[in-house]
Amino acid sequence: MAVTITVNGQDHTLDLDPRVTLLDALRDHLHLTGSKKGCDHGQCGACTVLLNGRRVNSCLCLAVMHDGDEVTTIEGLAEGGPSPLQEAFVAHDGMQCGYCTPGQICSATAMLDEVAAGWPSHVSASLDCPVELTHDELAERMSGNLCRCSCYPGINAAITEVARRGKTEATE
Amino acid sequence: MRPFDYQRPDDRDAAHAAARDGATFIAGGTNLVDLMKLEIMAPDRLVDVSRLGLDGIGDADGGLRIGATVTNSDLAADPRVRRTYPVLSRALLAGASGQLRNKATTAGNFLQRTRCPYFYDTDAACNKRAPGTGCAALGGEMRNHAILGGSQHCVALHPSDMAVAMRALDAEVEVEAADGTSRALALDDLYRLPGDTPHIETSLAPGDLITSVRLPVPLGERQVYRKVRDRASYAFALVSVAAVVRMEGGRIAEAALAFGGLGTRPWRDAEVDALLAGEAPGEALFDKAGEVLLRDAEPPEGTEFKLPLARRVLKAVLTEATR
Repeated sequence: MAVTITVNGQDHTLDLDPRVTLLDALRDHLHLTGSKKGCDHGQCGACTVLLNGRRVNSCLCLAVMHDGDEVTTIEGLAEGGPSPLQEAFVAHDGMQCGYCTPGQICSATAMLDEVAAGWPSHVSASLDCPVELTHDELAERMSGNLCRCSCYPGINAAITEVARRGKTEATE
Repeated sequence: MRPFDYQRPDDRDAAHAAARDGATFIAGGTNLVDLMKLEIMAPDRLVDVSRLGLDGIGDADGGLRIGATVTNSDLAADPRVRRTYPVLSRALLAGASGQLRNKATTAGNFLQRTRCPYFYDTDAACNKRAPGTGCAALGGEMRNHAILGGSQHCVALHPSDMAVAMRALDAEVEVEAADGTSRALALDDLYRLPGDTPHIETSLAPGDLITSVRLPVPLGERQVYRKVRDRASYAFALVSVAAVVRMEGGRIAEAALAFGGLGTRPWRDAEVDALLAGEAPGEALFDKAGEVLLRDAEPPEGTEFKLPLARRVLKAVLTEATR
């Protein structure tokens, strides 16, 4: 059936079997292979994309359910040059094999927006206070993204640097 | 995945019409799509209810009415929920991952399937997946299975955190039947015990659509949710406790306790609540509450650790809630 999805700012109309996931539509039909298929069951986060600005597991989305929706993939984040998080992941060596990296970066991009919006997390001491992105907060908020190479120290450093920089810019 | 028809109606009448000859409703799909990939669920027809306008949160009779398709993220972050029903925010935030909470809906969370590994293993006997084939869990490897409410046919746990808080908050689901009539169901009436029909998990009839959830004014301001699990994040509860308590003159005036990780459905026991009402908080009372809670517990082999764990978590939660 026909479905129109805006991917990285461009409208794409596809004729899809209802079984096709958003991840497979991106990779196999639009040839945007940045989003990765890890577990294909929503457990590893390698397929994370932004759906209408929010991070989701694209492997658990049926593409036909997203007619008219806006999707941003890792390719979209790099348009006009690498995003601050992409640069920070390189600078802090936040990867080894790199397979989880697109998902990590898409997830972190949206996670920083959630922090800016004041969303509390499981480890937040209060449900009301502004969120301070401590190591515990970062680990909790990124727990949907696994890295089997265990590059978490680099990933944490990259995200922390961008979060700090964003905060400094916001107060300047 | 097996082939299926897909329809996305724009309003509830059209949704009921589309589902008239039998259909499975889908909204977030985080559980259903997973199960369809494994062919544990193989619906012939999916009716997408994610665009029926059921995604609002509003005041209702002093309480709150939560639309069926409000996402777990939006519900946890809602200022009214954070302020008045913090146990619900806490329970939601203790569940799943950021990505899943952005997609998973309120009604879908209630209706998620159990997480017994044998239910997921299509080579294993499972009365829930294939009625009458037996239960490979009983006599198999068990750890995170139910110690309350199970039967010789099924000991699978209900995995939701949200539903545990909802039970402590006396939530009711509003259900619209295929003929357009509506009814409200307390969670006690929504969730069935497995008995000898574990494949029937709720009292919903084919075509029944949960449209919203109603939360009354909470009975107390002291609200605690504590979850114990095998890892620090993104794991199901081994034991969880939701407490809503009202104190008066140093005594517990009223208490509502609900439990996850213990039962075949989100667990609530009126006798535990009754035992606490009117009493001065203290260790002996909390121990007694644990005894009452577990009086009929039948831990299958491998799950015995849940008995002392449940007692300790209950005690810690009651201590915090009555401090």
